[in-house]
Amino acid sequence: MHVEGNKDICVGAGMCVLTAPEVFDQDDDGIVTVLQPEPGADEQDAVRQAATLCPSGAVKVS
Amino acid sequence: MTVDFPQARTCPYHPSPAYDELREGPALQRVRLYDGTLAWAVTSHADARKLLADPRISADRRREGFPILTERFKAVREEQPGFIGMDDPEHNYYRRMLISEFTVRRFKELRPHIEQIVQDALDDLLAAGPPADLVKHFSLPIPSMVICQMLGVPYADHDFFQTHSRTLLQAESPEQAKASMTALKEYLGKLIEDPPPGLIARLKDEQVATGALTTDELVRNSVLLLIAGHETTASMTSLGVITLLEHPEQLADLRSRPEAITTAVEELLRYLSIVDIGPFRVATEDIEVGGAVIKAGEGVIIASSLANRDPEAFPDPDKFDISRPARHHVAFGYGVHQCLGQNLARMELELALTALFDRIPTLRLAVPVEELVLRPATTIQGVNELPVTW
Repeated sequence: MHVEGNKDICVGAGMCVLTAPEVFDQDDDGIVTVLQPEPGADEQDAVRQAATLCPSGAVKVS
Repeated sequence: MTVDFPQARTCPYHPSPAYDELREGPALQRVRLYDGTLAWAVTSHADARKLLADPRISADRRREGFPILTERFKAVREEQPGFIGMDDPEHNYYRRMLISEFTVRRFKELRPHIEQIVQDALDDLLAAGPPADLVKHFSLPIPSMVICQMLGVPYADHDFFQTHSRTLLQAESPEQAKASMTALKEYLGKLIEDPPPGLIARLKDEQVATGALTTDELVRNSVLLLIAGHETTASMTSLGVITLLEHPEQLADLRSRPEAITTAVEELLRYLSIVDIGPFRVATEDIEVGGAVIKAGEGVIIASSLANRDPEAFPDPDKFDISRPARHHVAFGYGVHQCLGQNLARMELELALTALFDRIPTLRLAVPVEELVLRPATTIQGVNELPVTW
């Protein structure tokens, strides 16, 4: 799994940090930052959920 | 038949039974507003998310066709809106100034402070009763103190801003609503001349000083944050307490597994959907969705309380179940306008509800639930008073 966070379209709702805090954080401006671009197996369900919950489509999983 | 919209709740935690026809019908239906105009009501969860994320839909209430649900809305319609009533890129410009103050990390830092505020409110509640009004001594003071602290608004002025916020959200006449809006703007305008430490002072120093924000814009957005910061969480707290007390087996489950408060709060947000009949939008182009075509210029009502009871998204949706995975609800909206303060609201609700039932395990309603006076259909759902005893 590969995770990307698009800083240009992020609206700082924080859903990703709330849902998968090991993988996502917010930078000093409150915008998405990916801590683990290749998350381990135990994080993947939470990451998929974070992508679904992201209100602006900024979290992409491939 | 075209349903008249909106309709008042008859139970604090269920959407109006008058919406049953809408819930059973197609995902998008035309409803009749108070002045006879028609708008689309969206009741499907998937279509609600799709539309709220669609750039062809506008949150700008000044646009022709934007749904007007009551006379009161007309009063504030001509006013220059805060950032929630704008579209991108304008909306994004203002929202980005605020995001750094509303991060999960920032709220974690606030946590011990909020815990203290909750304990102080509980001391006050216990001293006031039994019986006592939970709204006055618990639901309203907690988020009011928190947002005052964040913004740098003196809590000593709470009677003033709570009263005018309530009037703005519930007034019968446009004149009353307008007067309260003016009062709040004058109050914050004066505060901004020499603001106490907090978000307002920082925005003044960093954004107004550099010309990125005008003083007028700072006032408007401060009014918005002050109201949104206390009225909503206060309503959720009161209705949350009612719902838990009316579902004793769920409350007992929560008390035996305190960690379940996280899912319980998501379920309360879904189940109660206090914004009820919003958000509101207007189409800027023709949009084909849910088997219908919304024409450019037609009003769209995302009925979040009905989308949050869509059985496709939430099996057995009328059942209150604190263990249900419910975070995909649209109680905070969806798309670029999704609530900026949602993670603060989650934390406030978790801390307030946990501490309340810890310290007052015998808490109960002082009147039968049927006797509670519910707010009218056109505003944030809740109760203005909640008599409790223990």
